[in-house]
Amino acid sequence: MPFEALLATCLAYVALMFGVAYAADRAAARGHVRWLDHPLVYTMSLSVYCSAWTFYGAVGYASRSGLEFATIYLGPTLVFTAAWWGLRRLVRVARMHHVTSVADLISARFGKSNRLAAIVTLIAVIASTPYIALQLQSVRLSFEVFATNAPNGPEINGALGGTALWVAAGLALFTILFGTRNLAADERHHGVVTAIALEAVVKLVAFIALGVFVVWGLADGPGDMLDRIARTAADPQVAEGWLLKPDRWTALILVSAAAILTLPRMFQVMVVEAADEERLHVAGWAFPAYLFAMSLFVLPIAVMGRELLPAGSNPDLYVLTLPAAAGQDMLALLVFLGGFSAATSMVVVCAIAVATMVSNHWLVPAWLALRRIPSPDETDDLRGFVLNARRMAILAVMAAGWVYHQASGGTAALAAMGLVAFTGMAQVLPAMLGGLLWRGANRKGAYAGIGSGLVLWMALIFLPSVGVGGDLPVPPGVDPWTAAVMASLIVNTLAFIGMSIFGFPDPVERLQGLSFVSAVEPIRHSRMMRGDDRAEPLLAMARKVWGAEAALRYFQAEARAQGRSGYLPDLTPRFLTRLERRLAGSIGSATAHAMIDRVAGGVALTVADLLQVADEAQRAKEETQRLEAAQAELTRTARQLREANDKLTDLSVQKDAFLSQISHELRTPMTSVRAFSEILKEPDLTPEDRSRFAGIIHTEAGRLTRLLDDLLDLSVLESGRAQLNVSVVNLHDLITRALAAASATRPERGFLIDRDLPAEHLGLITDPDRLLQVLINVITNARKYCDAAHPVLILRTRRPETGGAVIDIVDNGSGIDSGRQSLIFEKFARLNDPARAGGAGLGLAICREIMLTLGGDISYLPGQGGAAFRITLPQRPPASAGSEPPA
Amino acid sequence: MKMDILMIEDEPNIAEAVRFLLSREGWQVGLHADGAGAIEAIRAATPRLVILDLMLPHRSGTQILDDLRAEGDAALAATPVLMLTARGQSAEAGARADEVLAKPFDNDELRQTVRRMLP
Repeated sequence: MPFEALLATCLAYVALMFGVAYAADRAAARGHVRWLDHPLVYTMSLSVYCSAWTFYGAVGYASRSGLEFATIYLGPTLVFTAAWWGLRRLVRVARMHHVTSVADLISARFGKSNRLAAIVTLIAVIASTPYIALQLQSVRLSFEVFATNAPNGPEINGALGGTALWVAAGLALFTILFGTRNLAADERHHGVVTAIALEAVVKLVAFIALGVFVVWGLADGPGDMLDRIARTAADPQVAEGWLLKPDRWTALILVSAAAILTLPRMFQVMVVEAADEERLHVAGWAFPAYLFAMSLFVLPIAVMGRELLPAGSNPDLYVLTLPAAAGQDMLALLVFLGGFSAATSMVVVCAIAVATMVSNHWLVPAWLALRRIPSPDETDDLRGFVLNARRMAILAVMAAGWVYHQASGGTAALAAMGLVAFTGMAQVLPAMLGGLLWRGANRKGAYAGIGSGLVLWMALIFLPSVGVGGDLPVPPGVDPWTAAVMASLIVNTLAFIGMSIFGFPDPVERLQGLSFVSAVEPIRHSRMMRGDDRAEPLLAMARKVWGAEAALRYFQAEARAQGRSGYLPDLTPRFLTRLERRLAGSIGSATAHAMIDRVAGGVALTVADLLQVADEAQRAKEETQRLEAAQAELTRTARQLREANDKLTDLSVQKDAFLSQISHELRTPMTSVRAFSEILKEPDLTPEDRSRFAGIIHTEAGRLTRLLDDLLDLSVLESGRAQLNVSVVNLHDLITRALAAASATRPERGFLIDRDLPAEHLGLITDPDRLLQVLINVITNARKYCDAAHPVLILRTRRPETGGAVIDIVDNGSGIDSGRQSLIFEKFARLNDPARAGGAGLGLAICREIMLTLGGDISYLPGQGGAAFRITLPQRPPASAGSEPPA
Repeated sequence: MKMDILMIEDEPNIAEAVRFLLSREGWQVGLHADGAGAIEAIRAATPRLVILDLMLPHRSGTQILDDLRAEGDAALAATPVLMLTARGQSAEAGARADEVLAKPFDNDELRQTVRRMLP
């Protein structure tokens, strides 16, 4: 297959993985986690156990050592079946303690010691680097198999050199994108897990397809296949290697069983990514079934490879070369993708897991040591640092893997590198199992066990595997690898047990041990005991949270429950646990934990504690912001309500004032009418008086009528129910009629009228009667109030660019005080001597309502010398007002 | 000579009616038609009774009442005041006047009230 096509296929496949991971993350972010949380997805993600080593290497292993490869599958199968309850216990305890990695688990169990976690992290880094290199190498080798078929070999080889780099870079990008999106306490990565579950399916389908092809395509079915296997086993060339060695089997099963529990990537998918322990019910049978399916065709492929491929072919690549040699290019491509899946999924999960350890147990503690303990308001800083630390760690892990791959030259057999990693992480097993099963296990034991295991593993297994030093000198007949593994594990276990027995666990460890072994919620640990003087500062702290009285009441009740007088209880673990839980109800559990620790000086904060503080601080901040937003909303609503209320009050005050004003305006003429009508009844009036009083009654009755008319008019206009009778009008005619009508007011005053007659001939559509009413009112006002000796009334009409008309009516009197200009359009705003006005002060208010109804306005024009009014009119009234204009 | 009654009322027709009614009872009735200058008019006339309209231009009846009660001349300050109000809420304004009469009033009521008030 051409190199370019292969590369394109790989890229398309990688793009698919990015897409799946992205979609799963999105779905999870939206809360659609039902199918993501399916136990089968969980089971499939466990198949990350089957890395490129098992995919390619198992066949190589089988061709060298026969059935021994099966031990790699038997160990995990035993764990998932025989030790299923223990596995469940592990998941339960780890989730209970919010454990983020295998190093964190060991640290949490043994007194929250970060130094212990740092050592486990060291093992993980040393073991994982060659293991990641192995995956890169497998991708490179599988490329090579196809590339040798390509015409221009040397150039392709140059391109191949870069393949591992590009693969490492792409995987680093994937891991950073989907592995470090959040700092959530449970550390779940839906996108990564879903992509890996999909890759698990690809792996399985590819391997089964190849197996079916080998058994039924190349051989003549299972019977023929078994014959061939038997023939190969009898071959003296392989018989020695294929011999069943019980000691090696035991060691291998033990190591692979340990690996499924301790490998960083396995701990990540099995424990950290588990939503709950219930999914282990399905995984308990489904995962062994998956392993069985993956192992079923290993031996047939190995045997057929030996038979059909030329001598000297790399057995580690039989799975690829066999279908390629048989001309099955599509099958070979499928197998290639299966191997690619195995390698990439392992690298991604391993990088996440190791990077979490490196950042949590190396980088963050170092950073904290430089910066002292952060207070909760500094935690934003911490969050950012942790995420960046994790990203840097991922890059570093990838880079180390790539460098190792380049440096090692890819010569070592694949299986050897996998086993090196297995045996390295297996050194954690004694401490892990002991911590879970034995309350007496303590930190000194863990140090001794893991430390000695690490040293022996380095000396006897790791360094020899990279060509430094030699194998363990063993008596003949003993397998050196088995001896090394058993020696390291036995010394490890004995050191662990011995130091645990001779050492003495501190109270923190004892409480954590109880929690781990009994799988019960952890109880607050403390070095403080009876009569401790730190109860007082704790009370002071509680006061700050609850208030003086409530805090004192609580402390008194606790002291009484302990049978003590006074208000300070003993700082027993029970009391501290209760206090912490109560404080947590007010300020969040991590903050409560941190505060109690800071005040009472119990134990140092762990990284997990700080992360939790960071998370809770962030959550609290978001909650606060949400509350503040809600508060602002409430304040806004309250203000709106208050404003509405003020408006209503204003309206109510205005209404009262208006009613009071109307009352006054009505009662005044009524008073005259009533008084004089009574007077008229008196017999001794002169005829002149009688006639004059009758005249007053008539005048005042007319005033009452006008007032009532005005009020009615105003009420109709204000309600918007005024009917307009619109027609086309000529302003000139209306002004002439208005001047004529107004001349009846104070006819003795000889007004000089100044008009611009040609300009007045403007046509527009409006209600002529209403407009006339306004014009008469304004002109009448001028006639009434203009105090000039020689009164002049100027009328100017023009059409603005926007259409309609503007009419200015200006007299040469003293005008209206600037302070009162804004009031004249209000109801009852009679300004001058009422004796001269003879109205109730509703005229201009009515004018304004009319003009608004007509779609125009009336306003006072200041600074014109005398009183000046501007009337503006639209070309036609708004559609909402009155009736339609005539067609 | 001392005026019996000083009326402060801006409505000429009401003033005419009151004056007509009270003059026929034999009392000397003076008139001031504006809130402005009202206290000066009272001071000048020193009437035995002031009839005060509540709603006056420039200065309200209550303000004039306050001015009067604050006069330095104790006898003047104690001049009885009959408040005429055309507003509904006479209680508030009337609380500080000696008597209150709501417009429109009954002629007999006016005459009897004035008679009762004149010392």
